[in-house]
Amino acid sequence: MSASQPVPAAARLFLSGNEAVARAVWEAGTRVAAAYPGTPSTEILEVLAKYPDLYTEWSVNEKVALEVALGASMVGARAFCAMKHVGLNVASDALMTMTVTGTEGGLVIAVADDVGMSSSQNEQDSRYWGRFAHLPVLEPADSQEAYAMTRAAFALSERFRTPVILRLTTRICHVKGVVVAGEREAVEPGGFTKDPRRWVMVPGNAKPRLPLMFEREAAVRAEAENSPLNFRVDGSDRRIGFVTSGPAFMHVREAFPDAPVFKLGLSCPPPIESLREFAATVDSLLVVEETEPLLETELKAAGIACHGKDVLPRTGELAPDALHLGVARLRGEVVAEPEHVVPQQVFPRPPTMCVACPHLGVYYTLSQMRNVMIAGDIGCYTLGAGHPWNALDSCISMGASMGTALGMDKGRGKVDANKKVVAVIGDSTFMHMGMQGLLDITWNRGNVTVLLLDNRAVGMTGGQDNPGSGRDLHGEETTRVDFAKLCEALGVKKERIRVLDPYQLPVLFKALREETKIEEPSVIITDRPCVLIDHYVPTKPYLVKEDRCTGCGNCVDVGCPAIHVIRRDKEVKASGKEVDLSFVRIDTSACTGCGLCVQPCAPEAIIHAEPVQPLQPMQFVRK
Amino acid sequence: MSKVTNILVCGVGGQGVMTATEILAEAAISLGFDVKKTEVAGMSQRGGVVTSHLRFGPEVLSPQILPGEADMLIGFESAEALRWGHMLRPGGVALVNSGRIVPPVVNIGLFDYPEQPVAQMCELGLRVHDFDATALAVQLGNIRLGNTVMLGASSDWLPFPAEVLRDAVLARFGSRKPKLVDVNREAFEAGRRAVAGETLAA
Repeated sequence: MSASQPVPAAARLFLSGNEAVARAVWEAGTRVAAAYPGTPSTEILEVLAKYPDLYTEWSVNEKVALEVALGASMVGARAFCAMKHVGLNVASDALMTMTVTGTEGGLVIAVADDVGMSSSQNEQDSRYWGRFAHLPVLEPADSQEAYAMTRAAFALSERFRTPVILRLTTRICHVKGVVVAGEREAVEPGGFTKDPRRWVMVPGNAKPRLPLMFEREAAVRAEAENSPLNFRVDGSDRRIGFVTSGPAFMHVREAFPDAPVFKLGLSCPPPIESLREFAATVDSLLVVEETEPLLETELKAAGIACHGKDVLPRTGELAPDALHLGVARLRGEVVAEPEHVVPQQVFPRPPTMCVACPHLGVYYTLSQMRNVMIAGDIGCYTLGAGHPWNALDSCISMGASMGTALGMDKGRGKVDANKKVVAVIGDSTFMHMGMQGLLDITWNRGNVTVLLLDNRAVGMTGGQDNPGSGRDLHGEETTRVDFAKLCEALGVKKERIRVLDPYQLPVLFKALREETKIEEPSVIITDRPCVLIDHYVPTKPYLVKEDRCTGCGNCVDVGCPAIHVIRRDKEVKASGKEVDLSFVRIDTSACTGCGLCVQPCAPEAIIHAEPVQPLQPMQFVRK
Repeated sequence: MSKVTNILVCGVGGQGVMTATEILAEAAISLGFDVKKTEVAGMSQRGGVVTSHLRFGPEVLSPQILPGEADMLIGFESAEALRWGHMLRPGGVALVNSGRIVPPVVNIGLFDYPEQPVAQMCELGLRVHDFDATALAVQLGNIRLGNTVMLGASSDWLPFPAEVLRDAVLARFGSRKPKLVDVNREAFEAGRRAVAGETLAA
């Protein structure tokens, strides 16, 4: 049964943590929910959008999403926003003031940490934001708790007039478990009360609110000491007592079923006195926390002796195998060799771009260029850093390609003087955080060529809509941004903005060469939709006429996963130089006839698999 | 049954690994078990490695299966089955699609695809049963039936009747798509027949 069906209370649903949070947000009578997609948090809003009776949106970035939620809270509505860990960095500017104003309607911020880094540029611990902003942090351990704690978070938020952070991790978001759910509450917004001393944060108004913030923090601390969200599980083996939170709790229980455990649900501010009492009942205390030794440091500062990162891994998930090793280390035991067979070394299988992806041509072209420095960004097109293109020199954070490229341009010395600087960015990323960087490039007269890869989707997270797709979270038609005009408005000269088809390799190559030669900001917009998102009408597939194939391998360099090497050979040229040959075959069941591989094929060995009408341009039909 | 059953399903992004595991989970839920399921699939939509962990029993705590603890490994692709072979417990069984999906890094000559992944697994002392589920699916008219074929093949080795899993597969398509129900029933039985006669080692 899906998460979005209104089901009677006590139904047993099989929900991911994300689905469970969405269910609880809806049940809590929330009126407004906003997010920017980011793994592993994306599905919360996707699921929530299917529920009736609340407003949901994709925002252009997490800061805006949080601001939308705060506005709703100001008028007394329950509000929610979701993001991945790096998104909270973006939203932090708004967060650090909301902690001072406080909230009216319950406001819950779900933050999904990518512990173990399945798809992120860093591993960071969002619990720090709770400490930094003096906000309560709740940490569920599975889907049922994700559901229950989301409900509890709204109540807590309203009792203390504070935003509440719900810290999720990949092993909450993307784990499915059995959830007993309830029904939607009717919650009517209390209405907006004008109160500039509270809502207008100029210094004179903010100063008297700081003591209130610390009073609130003290009150939440007292709550944490007595909250049922923090509980003890008794155990007969009192040699080691565990203090833990989140999914690590399940791992501890799995690995050491007989050990006493203090489980933190409301973990910030931590219930230090209750933990001190617990510590007195065991021989030694082991803090099992993902990712940072945050609580461990707090306990030590409070004079409570404990172990933690001295025996446990500093990064990644704390699954039972890591715990067994850590505890063995703590007890000074020799670790037994595992009984299972040794993992076999098999070739890596990194993610790759899709068959006929419009980015393939862009990276093929970039890989053919010499003397370029290429600043990359966050999205599908980050895969251009991999084989066979190797066409990215940096990737930092969302929107960072613009500023990085400008810095490369301004900072370069003689050794890089003749190099061209290129920045690559996607459509959604550009609107999320890239626009300001482009403005900085034009304003400061940077010599950067920007490749704006418009595929009309947030491709990496599954093709969500954005202002470039002209559709909202619900798939309904809305304003569609005109990137050429937008870039012009940001200061790029009209004649330096080109919109072209990334499947036309010679056109793309010529444009890149020309624009990188001219010493002023330029933008090349490639305009073809993501092949996974819009209804894509494939043309006839191609095949390789094997008697014509010379093994040049040019088509392999395009990087399309539908091209397979069936035979390798070596050829000795007249000059004595040895050349590797790759004879190929096209997987006709996967090929969509985009024609990218045809263009670099020297001997014209790639032909249509069956006779076709005079070659039609590719067709894309919007949903 | 008092203990937790661990099933690891592995393959390549796009093969339906996660859907197949979801169906296995639904079958277990219909029998009243506590169930947890998790994936390692951050970028799996882009042709990367996918593993899906399924655990069910009276009470399931951690969602993760540890190396050497899987009762069953369902490998949707040969090299991926080899990659995850170490997850099997002694006496566990691997069910492997002998079909191959060769990635671009092998095509461009950076790495080699193992010559005989299944033979390599057997040499490691693993109990493996392999058959070409991809070819079977193509024979039945659609390569996407591969995951139903694999589920059919696994059905007689599960700690519950095969019919429970078959019904969970068919429930996916409801009564609204009778054509899909029929072809999936056929695929399920074809997979089941492909490994008939095998029994789970004690």
